[in-house]
Amino acid sequence: MVTSEGASLRIIRGGKEFEKIDQPGEPVVAIEDVSLDVEAGELVSLVGPSGCGKSTLLRLLAGLDEPSSGELRVGNELISGPSAERGLVFQDPNLFPWLTVRGNIESGLVARGLLKTKGHEVDEFMRLVGLEAFASTYPHHLSGGMAQRVALARALINHPKVLLLDEPLGALDAFTRMRMQDEVLRLWKARGTTMLLVTHDIDEAIYMSDRIVIMTPSPGRVERTLSIDLDRPRQRNSADFLRFRSEILDLLHFTGETAAVS
Amino acid sequence: MNTSTSTDAVTVQRAEARGQKTEQRGPIPARMFVLPITVAVAYAVHAWASRNQPSPETHYSWFLAILFGAGVFAAIIQPFWTGLRRWLEHIGPIIAAAVLLLALWEAITSGFGWLPLPYFPGPAGVLRSLIDDRALLFDSTRHSLVLLLSGYVLGVAVALVTGVSIGWFRTARYWGMPLLKVIGPIPATAWIPLAMVISPSGRLSAIGLIALAVWFPVTMLTASGISNTRASYLDVARTLGATESYLIFRVAIPAAMPNIFVGLFMGLGASFLTLVVAETVGVKSGLGWYVSWAQGWAEYAKVYAALVIMAAFFSTIMTGLFKVRDRVLVWQKGMIKW
Repeated sequence: MVTSEGASLRIIRGGKEFEKIDQPGEPVVAIEDVSLDVEAGELVSLVGPSGCGKSTLLRLLAGLDEPSSGELRVGNELISGPSAERGLVFQDPNLFPWLTVRGNIESGLVARGLLKTKGHEVDEFMRLVGLEAFASTYPHHLSGGMAQRVALARALINHPKVLLLDEPLGALDAFTRMRMQDEVLRLWKARGTTMLLVTHDIDEAIYMSDRIVIMTPSPGRVERTLSIDLDRPRQRNSADFLRFRSEILDLLHFTGETAAVS
Repeated sequence: MNTSTSTDAVTVQRAEARGQKTEQRGPIPARMFVLPITVAVAYAVHAWASRNQPSPETHYSWFLAILFGAGVFAAIIQPFWTGLRRWLEHIGPIIAAAVLLLALWEAITSGFGWLPLPYFPGPAGVLRSLIDDRALLFDSTRHSLVLLLSGYVLGVAVALVTGVSIGWFRTARYWGMPLLKVIGPIPATAWIPLAMVISPSGRLSAIGLIALAVWFPVTMLTASGISNTRASYLDVARTLGATESYLIFRVAIPAAMPNIFVGLFMGLGASFLTLVVAETVGVKSGLGWYVSWAQGWAEYAKVYAALVIMAAFFSTIMTGLFKVRDRVLVWQKGMIKW
């Protein structure tokens, strides 16, 4: 049953420049003229080589950095700073090591002063990510996959309209990673949250997303957007899956370059 | 010598017999008797060192006798008490070494008379002073404790406020850091002349000086801990809806806790030093005062007695702080060892 908590995201001609620390006055353009619409409840992946500004874009959407140009909106509201309605999960789970699993998951409620009224949801979210047995465990005892599940639960307890995922599964081993992909999909379906997923892994993007945004580096731009119109659960070795795979590799000039060399 | 070996052997045999009756327990290993034997050696030294006296010092004799009895008793019952055995195996060699040091000390001082009196009394004399002067020593310890805690708590309280401010707020950092860097490194004891002029009482100035000595390291370490909080923790907290007070009190301060404790330990060391100096020059009570007072009467046994009390007193407080740290930093267990 879909509760659909998601909101749409809209980036209009967004750009971000950084000052070089060693050469002031000579800005580095991280992303330039990026426009993107994400519908409410949609799961969109950003794929591209390092330096194409995927993470920068996510930080802008989280409100942790301000765009140099253009505007970003959630629903109809302009993004002006960080907010609990836009959750962020990094590759490093960044759990607060001084809090237990329960403490980490409820930290969003504590931060907003809602622990008294919404505290009963903590158990629900621990069950949702299957960690109820580890409530009083400290993070340094957790495996990578468990820690990332805690990070997801911590972000989800605020019922964010948008969940921004910055390579959340990037540090996990291949098997844990595939299991966690299903886990994220399950959470996505259960909550109907809009999700924007940055990933280096093309298979992951095809397996999970409604659409894939392919970006190119220096400066970061949107190269192309692909709709993945496959039924879920998807077969990782089906002909359609592999067709998308080679198409994306092609767009990123990996197949082309190798062809040119040989 | 011969008799004591045979009693050992008998005890071992008896324990063996008992062990076989109940369950498969080994005989009492010989290393369990290292402590009693060491104590016996110390007693022999004591008796020999007292050869020119009418009789050996009673307090010290009793001390060794009790230690001997406890050692033998522990060795006998340890096969039936695993906790005691583990503890003995861990601590036994250290106690034995300490007793040997006492014996060595007595041999050098009272025994051979290699060191000049009255500056170097033997352990028996020091123990005698400890017991005879216990009322005054207890009173001095109490005064020192009150003074130390007042100064330490005051210093830590102020340091946490200044440290967090300097670490978090840019303006506080701009104005506070130079002050900290210039004033902080001056040893607190160097302010004694000024403190004596400003303060209405020696006690107040001592508290102020101890607080100052604690303030610098705790502020410095707190500020650096706060300003080095991992940016990603703060980013995560912001996207969870954190207010600034949440960021300071629930993210930056917990993240800085390991650093803060380093500061607390450094501050504690500095406070011991300042306490003793302040008591020596200004305050008319406490262990520092006791030491210089005893020295004034050339009662060096009392000086050493006070040093023994200080060692116990300071290391107890230090251990207490370690316990608090282990409590607070339980989340860190296994990450840091010192």
